[in-house]
Amino acid sequence: MTTTLDRPRSGGVKALYAGNARAVVGRGLLATRSTNWIIVLTGVFEPIFYLLAMGIGLGSYISGVTDARGDQIPYAAFIAPALLAVSAMNGAVYDSTWNVFFKMHFGKLYQGMLATSLGPLDVALGEISLALLRGAAYGTTFLLVMQALGLNLSWTALLALPAILLIAFGFASLGMGITSYLKTFQQMDWIQFVMLPMFLFSATFYPITVYPEPIQWVVQALPLWHGVELVRGLTTGALTWAMLVHLGYFLVMIALGLIFTTRRLRALFLD
Amino acid sequence: MPAPVIVATDLVKKYKDFAAVDGITFEVAPGESFGLLGPNGAGKSTTMRMIGAVSTRSSGSLSILGLDPNEHGPAIRSQLGVVPQQDNLDTELRVRDNLLVYGRYFGLPRAQVAARADELLEFAQLSDRAKAKVDDLSGGMKRRLTIARALINEPRVLLLDEPTTGLDPQARHILWDRLYRLREQGTTLVLTTHYMDEAEQLADRLIVVDKGRIMAEGSPASLIREHSSREVLEVRFGSERNATAAADLAGIGDRLEVLPDRILLYAHSGEEALAEVTRRGLEPITSLVRRSSLEDVFLKLTGRSLIE
Ligand SMILES: Nc1ncnc2c1ncn2[C@@H]1O[C@H](COP(=O)(O)OP(=O)(O)OP(=O)(O)O)[C@@H](O)[C@H]1O
Ligand SMILES: [Mg+2]
Repeated sequence: MTTTLDRPRSGGVKALYAGNARAVVGRGLLATRSTNWIIVLTGVFEPIFYLLAMGIGLGSYISGVTDARGDQIPYAAFIAPALLAVSAMNGAVYDSTWNVFFKMHFGKLYQGMLATSLGPLDVALGEISLALLRGAAYGTTFLLVMQALGLNLSWTALLALPAILLIAFGFASLGMGITSYLKTFQQMDWIQFVMLPMFLFSATFYPITVYPEPIQWVVQALPLWHGVELVRGLTTGALTWAMLVHLGYFLVMIALGLIFTTRRLRALFLD
Repeated sequence: MPAPVIVATDLVKKYKDFAAVDGITFEVAPGESFGLLGPNGAGKSTTMRMIGAVSTRSSGSLSILGLDPNEHGPAIRSQLGVVPQQDNLDTELRVRDNLLVYGRYFGLPRAQVAARADELLEFAQLSDRAKAKVDDLSGGMKRRLTIARALINEPRVLLLDEPTTGLDPQARHILWDRLYRLREQGTTLVLTTHYMDEAEQLADRLIVVDKGRIMAEGSPASLIREHSSREVLEVRFGSERNATAAADLAGIGDRLEVLPDRILLYAHSGEEALAEVTRRGLEPITSLVRRSSLEDVFLKLTGRSLIE
């Protein structure tokens, strides 16, 4: 029955999760009918343009790139997996930042959802799954383009598919939590401000060894570098034990992102 | 007596040091229609949010359908219908889809939700707008859709936060009629309002709230009987003469209230009070005799008007 504690504490998982994240996903899929398809297509084509311009164009002047085991590979095959990781990241980040930002500040969507039997973890999981789906869709398209251009050098490229799901999941769960702090459009621009250098410098277009050691450490702390190295290992077939570290990095990122986002939703809508 | 559906004891909600709800105690019985009447900032919405298990109390105890909202938020919310003060319909979805999707949030099966959605569109007189965009609906239609949405899970308790604020009289009457039907069907209603006519129309029993505290409690009729006279005589002398005239009116009726634009004389018979006013040689510009209302109760209890 009732408690008469002075500072009541809120209960466990039951108060956070109703096991119904799929209703949130279902809502998202229905709402994609009113999606801005131009933005979706931009997200798909951007990395493809990079691949064509840099990989095929610039790549014809570049030789001597090696994979993780030191074998010689074409430049396009070197940057393609990096762009694949980037496309998964872009899809996930777009959905978990811009879309979430609008729903939080203009649509009052989460307020409505949390007045039902859904808990904040249902909402977080559902919205993150949608971002993940978009990331996966972008990634799969890109992977098919790579296949068509002969840039998948090994059968292990198939495993890149679950890998980009993981990458998208990681970025989406962290992205949604961070977005919950942002209140203005200017602040939303900061996301772009972080994403662009991360895209350019995470060993995307050249091996990390070109940097002096301290800078290498910085790059290795960033999530995209782990994503790039993980996917590159899989599409080139140059498997190493370090890939387990990359995998672990994303598992931790997902767990932390989920906890973080759930807490934020609860603080914002169930105060 | 059946067990109450809501029991609140010394309920407090603080934002930093400010107590928006400052120790209120009440019970709501099943099937009852219970109102919270109060001016802006009284703490009505804050109370509703605590009952709706979307806001954590700072202290006191609260039981909704026998459960503590701190522990059982989703379980409680699954049996509530919530109409928030501001519509939060899903503008990315069409009218009928709003109902379908909302039903799915409760984990209800698709087929059941679809059948229920059609019934509710009928109930809300929106069947012909099923495929419309939410943004194309009028204010009254949006409100009815919000109420329909709140009923999708066949709630045991319906929470309505200012259901008709901002609507024109006709739209209000349509809404009142719908709520009346729900009441007849035995749904427990908890509603807030700062319209006394709405409270009189819809609430069996109500609490008058001001600054987070309960000022009075009872049925509309008993509150009026207890805190006001049977009739009220309103006289106007023009804003300059109001204060001087008030001095001359002393002693007429049970009580007198001076407002900036008029003077209210509380008396068993308004006509007799008016006769006395004229006998004293005072000539009001206008005079009006009416029944006492909850507005008068509120004025007496707080010294302030309900609508600012
Ligand atoms: N999230 C919040 N943070 C700080 N103060 C708040 C918050 N929500 C409400 N308040 C304050 O609590 C008080 C009561 O607010 P509440 O919304 O419950 O009033 P209300 O009776 O519903 O008024 P209205 O008739 O205007 O809707 C107000 O002074 C308001 O400013
Ligand atoms: Mg309010």
